[in-house]
Amino acid sequence: MTVTGWLTIVLFAAILTALALPLGVYMARVYTGERTFLSPVFAGPERFLYKLLRVDPAHQQDWKAYARSVVLFSLVGWLLLYAILRTQHAFWVPHLLNPMGFHSGTWDVSFNTTSSFMTNTNWQYYSGEVTMSYFSQMLGLTVQNWLSAGVGIAVAVALVRGIVGRSGHSIGNFWQDIVRTVLYVLSPIAVIGALILASQGVIQNFSHYLTAHTLTGLTQEIAMGPVASQEAIKLLGTNGGGFFNTNSAHPFENPTQFTNLVEMLLVLLIPAALIFMYGRMTGRRRQGYAIYATVMMMFLGAAAVAYIAEAHGSPAQHVAGLHTHVIAGSGGGNMEGKEQRFGIAGSALFDVVTTVTSCGAVNSAIESYTGIGGAVPMANLSASEVIFGGVGTGLYSILLYVLLAVFIGGLMVGRTPEWLGKKIEAREVKLAGLGILITPLAALFCTAMATATKAGTASISQAAAGTPQGFSETFYAYLSQANNNGSAFAGYTGYIAPKAGNIGAHGIKFANILGGFDMMLARYAPILFALAVAGALAGKRVSPAGLGTMRTDNPTFVVLLIGVIVIVGALTFFPALLLGPIVQGLTGHLY
Amino acid sequence: MSAVAPTPGRPPVAATHERRAISLFRGAIVRRALIDSVLKLDPRVQIRNPVMFVVEIGAVITTATWLIQVFGGKPLGGGHEPAWYTFVIALWLWLTVIFANLAEAFAEGRGRAQADTLRTMRRETVATLKDGTTKRASELERGDVVVVQAGELIPGDGTVIEGIATVDESAITGESAPVIRESGGDRSAVTGGTRVTSDRIVVEITQEPGRSFLDRMIALVEGAARRKTPNEIALNILLAALTLIFMIVIATLRPFGLFAGTAISETTLIALLVALIPTTIGALLSAIGIAGMDRLVRRNVLALSGRAVEASGDVDVLLLDKTGTITIGNRLASEFIPMPGVAESELAEVAQLSSLADETPEGRSIVVLAKQYGLREHDMTSLQARFVPFTAQTRMSGVDLDRRQLRKGAGDAIVSFVAAEGGQPPSELQPVLDRIGSEGGTPLAVARDSQVLGVIYLKDTIKEGMRERFDQLRAMGIKTIMITGDNKLTAAKIAQESGVDDFLSEATPEAKLELIRAQQQDGRLVAMTGDGTNDAPALAQADVGVAMNTGTQAAREAGNMVDLDSNPTKLIEIVEVGKQLLITRGALTTFSIANDVAKYFAILPAIFVTTWAVSPHGKSPLHVLNIMGLGSPKSAIVSAIIFNALVIPLLIPLSLRGVRYRPIGASALLRRNLLIYGLGGIIAPFIGIKLIDLIVHNLLGA
Repeated sequence: MTVTGWLTIVLFAAILTALALPLGVYMARVYTGERTFLSPVFAGPERFLYKLLRVDPAHQQDWKAYARSVVLFSLVGWLLLYAILRTQHAFWVPHLLNPMGFHSGTWDVSFNTTSSFMTNTNWQYYSGEVTMSYFSQMLGLTVQNWLSAGVGIAVAVALVRGIVGRSGHSIGNFWQDIVRTVLYVLSPIAVIGALILASQGVIQNFSHYLTAHTLTGLTQEIAMGPVASQEAIKLLGTNGGGFFNTNSAHPFENPTQFTNLVEMLLVLLIPAALIFMYGRMTGRRRQGYAIYATVMMMFLGAAAVAYIAEAHGSPAQHVAGLHTHVIAGSGGGNMEGKEQRFGIAGSALFDVVTTVTSCGAVNSAIESYTGIGGAVPMANLSASEVIFGGVGTGLYSILLYVLLAVFIGGLMVGRTPEWLGKKIEAREVKLAGLGILITPLAALFCTAMATATKAGTASISQAAAGTPQGFSETFYAYLSQANNNGSAFAGYTGYIAPKAGNIGAHGIKFANILGGFDMMLARYAPILFALAVAGALAGKRVSPAGLGTMRTDNPTFVVLLIGVIVIVGALTFFPALLLGPIVQGLTGHLY
Repeated sequence: MSAVAPTPGRPPVAATHERRAISLFRGAIVRRALIDSVLKLDPRVQIRNPVMFVVEIGAVITTATWLIQVFGGKPLGGGHEPAWYTFVIALWLWLTVIFANLAEAFAEGRGRAQADTLRTMRRETVATLKDGTTKRASELERGDVVVVQAGELIPGDGTVIEGIATVDESAITGESAPVIRESGGDRSAVTGGTRVTSDRIVVEITQEPGRSFLDRMIALVEGAARRKTPNEIALNILLAALTLIFMIVIATLRPFGLFAGTAISETTLIALLVALIPTTIGALLSAIGIAGMDRLVRRNVLALSGRAVEASGDVDVLLLDKTGTITIGNRLASEFIPMPGVAESELAEVAQLSSLADETPEGRSIVVLAKQYGLREHDMTSLQARFVPFTAQTRMSGVDLDRRQLRKGAGDAIVSFVAAEGGQPPSELQPVLDRIGSEGGTPLAVARDSQVLGVIYLKDTIKEGMRERFDQLRAMGIKTIMITGDNKLTAAKIAQESGVDDFLSEATPEAKLELIRAQQQDGRLVAMTGDGTNDAPALAQADVGVAMNTGTQAAREAGNMVDLDSNPTKLIEIVEVGKQLLITRGALTTFSIANDVAKYFAILPAIFVTTWAVSPHGKSPLHVLNIMGLGSPKSAIVSAIIFNALVIPLLIPLSLRGVRYRPIGASALLRRNLLIYGLGGIIAPFIGIKLIDLIVHNLLGA
């Protein structure tokens, strides 16, 4: 461990907070329909889009109408993306956008990939640079990077409106929310982000792949593409689907320590800002701060554990006599699978940033982490996207936990539990309970199916077959997909491509289809429950707070909330964690 | 009669006659509870409680496994556990369910004992109808008119429509002094089962057969009329959701184990499931609810629904009548203020003479005050005075004596009286009247023929300890509003002296109702007490309406609780019981969930004792997680299950008594309960399981 390493983590948290606060204020203005400094720029395009979509933004939707719009929008997007992926080599795709002449992959991989990008998961069984045309990357995947992020944010905003709502059933208008999200929130930041990244060396072109002659006389093909534009939204929208297979470890995606910092900030910016936005929109800023403190503490805890574990190295490395100390010219620790330019702290922090959120981008190989270091991303995923979480998904997920914490705590102060003055009753408890239940259900059930069947274990990498590592790979795969995260313990595969361009490739149908359903269930069921909670709360009468009302903005509540998240949420994964990373972390034995 | 509107006499702030808690360990209750706890194993009973139903199914499966093993079969689901292990787990699972039943049976048993006492009063009587015919009391219909003589039991709930009588209501209130019941006014309601001790009254029956006050009370304490309250339903849903989550965890653990080469038996999986699901709160939930009702009955409050009890914990605003609640019912004379040129003693004498025939407490207090001026009591008959009674038109009273007219009454009434006699009130009069009014008192002007002699100062006396009670309510987060017919100045003065938060002056029944509606519109929950017929609409509108038992039948039917002691400050205790009910549920839920941490650490290392062991007969790397150092895997699992079961009977007393409520503000309360039941709930099972393991492993050799 080094001072610089610790400083990196602390400074990152400070910069993030400083940027997210004003963004939260800005977003609150955007979603309450107030004028912002960008209104002159976007008011025109906004009106144009409403006309194009033929929607009346003044029309208010109840939760069911809102949910129908979300489902319809996603369904159409799903069909479009699937069609694009299935027709990569079609005659109407211009050569410029498919210079390498890639064919389509197998249908099951397309099914998995489509579900993955629709649900903001960006789980990738394929390697971008050998399977995807520029057309698919830009008009298929990148478009969904924007829209899936927009859907998540819209649902979170709708839930906040339900919490705030004083009367009636309306929770906003989905079409207005998604248009505003894309125009006012995502696009300005994504453009700035892309420009910064491009200025640091992230490529942006439509070039044919280059062939380089190496010093040893070999030739190497260098993949090209419009990376910067996809990279910024990949992070900003907590999507995480890399342009290249190695994702943010690739020098064309993430060339320097500075871009590494920018990328991490892009990932957490909106999830953090949404919490402040919640405080603003509800008029209870302190409660926003309390929730922020809750997730920030859990985030820093995770970062610290990951950093310590990686800097310390694994028991197996110690047994093998590998040096893991800080010595001149080496930062020490477990450098396997990490980029020299990021170092231990830059890798561990990036790992935590992308697994607490539903981003899933990686700049190092998680499967090469130490047992405990690898348990951290899994534990983060186990918390079901509440530690910041994905854009929007993070906010509505933690709000469901807040609801449960308010219920349990509220009883303990001797009143019918109230949340911002609204009584929490059977219906809300039922919906929140179901919403929270989905992620463990999807993750554990799919992992069980995959570990118990031959079809499932076929995806495990050969070296890891029948070992705790194999279990970790499988568990991580379905946990990651259930959390719509997308990062992977590489090795677990659903796609076998002997040659570039999808020729002669075949998919592992079991993994692709199970994963596809895993992602869609874990995405849309909680969305529907969150919207139903919004609908249930919207019409409730608000009682004024008094001395006897439980406060939800003080340290006691933060402790209660962490307790509920850890014991009700994360601990359900404890048995699975034991059998994978924790076993490995406790022994010097290599299986 | 005095010039002040008469107020019905009410008992002073009575010490609550708290019925004694019926001991849990009375032989009959214990025997009945033990039998009931076995009878309640019926799955049709258990299915109402999803958590315990899961435990019972687990008990059935493990019992079946044990029988299979006894007859030479292999344990279900793999593993190599011996039959005794399966038997012990099955036994303790059954005990877990029985302990839960026991908790409920104890709570019901205690209520039943209360009910039995009540039932003895429901003796079969024969009612004499007004037309002379007789009818069995149980067949009386609403609208029947019965005659009750001294010494007879009143056959049913009703309203006195004729006569006045003293009634012994000790059977339902515990108060031994007989009370007066008379037709008209606010003391006309009588309760079936009480005994007329003097005179004769005619009562119109207001109940349907079998729906008397006593019948409802019996049904309530027995739990027969118990429905799940809204919070209880919500909590039950939460517990069901948690149970579902853990069922997923357990169902997937078998394939996970198999992947790691560890076969886990059905028995062990069920043990882990039962340990993780919230059995503690699941077992005690209904007992907590029944006990809450019981606590109210012991305080002589009859709640007509559990929902009302729960709502009382949520009360934000408390409406209290000034008279009889905040102040002693009557105003007492405290000072004579003579007009210029009049001696104080002269005023005192005229005041005394004018009050001699006035038997109201105010009138008597004037006579008592006058005594301090050395005036002996005059005798009306010897003076040959003629009494002039109070009327609503004249608003004064007095005597005619030796052709002189002595009068006392409201300021303006005396002024017009004096003017009619050809006199003129002194200019000093009005300021005195205003001052007294502004100080919260009532001024009575005194005149002799055309001369105003002075003013009697009648003061409201605030009951002792009211300020402390209001402070306590404020600490609970409850706002108090005083309701009074007085003018604004008077009301403000009393409000300030008594420490009440706010007041409604010159209150009419409509203004009262309006106030309640306005508070409810703002999202506040309103509680009030009342007794008069004109209180009925407000009682019905309030979220928690407590009717005084001395009140009219209309008031008793409009409220959702009846206070048998007719003590208006009882609301504070009712609120406490409501809060206690919720706190107890919340605290035990927290405790139950927090327990899971230790149980994971007890059971999982035991299950995975050899999983991924490095050498063929070595231990799993996971053995370091056995941080309690439990003796053996079997002992660890058995100990966790025993702890899980034993904690239920250990917490029965707490759940029946309720977690103590302290008016220290919600934040402090949450912190306190989180520390005790949250942190305590994490730590306690580590200690408990270790201790049980010491017995199970070290002494019994498991």
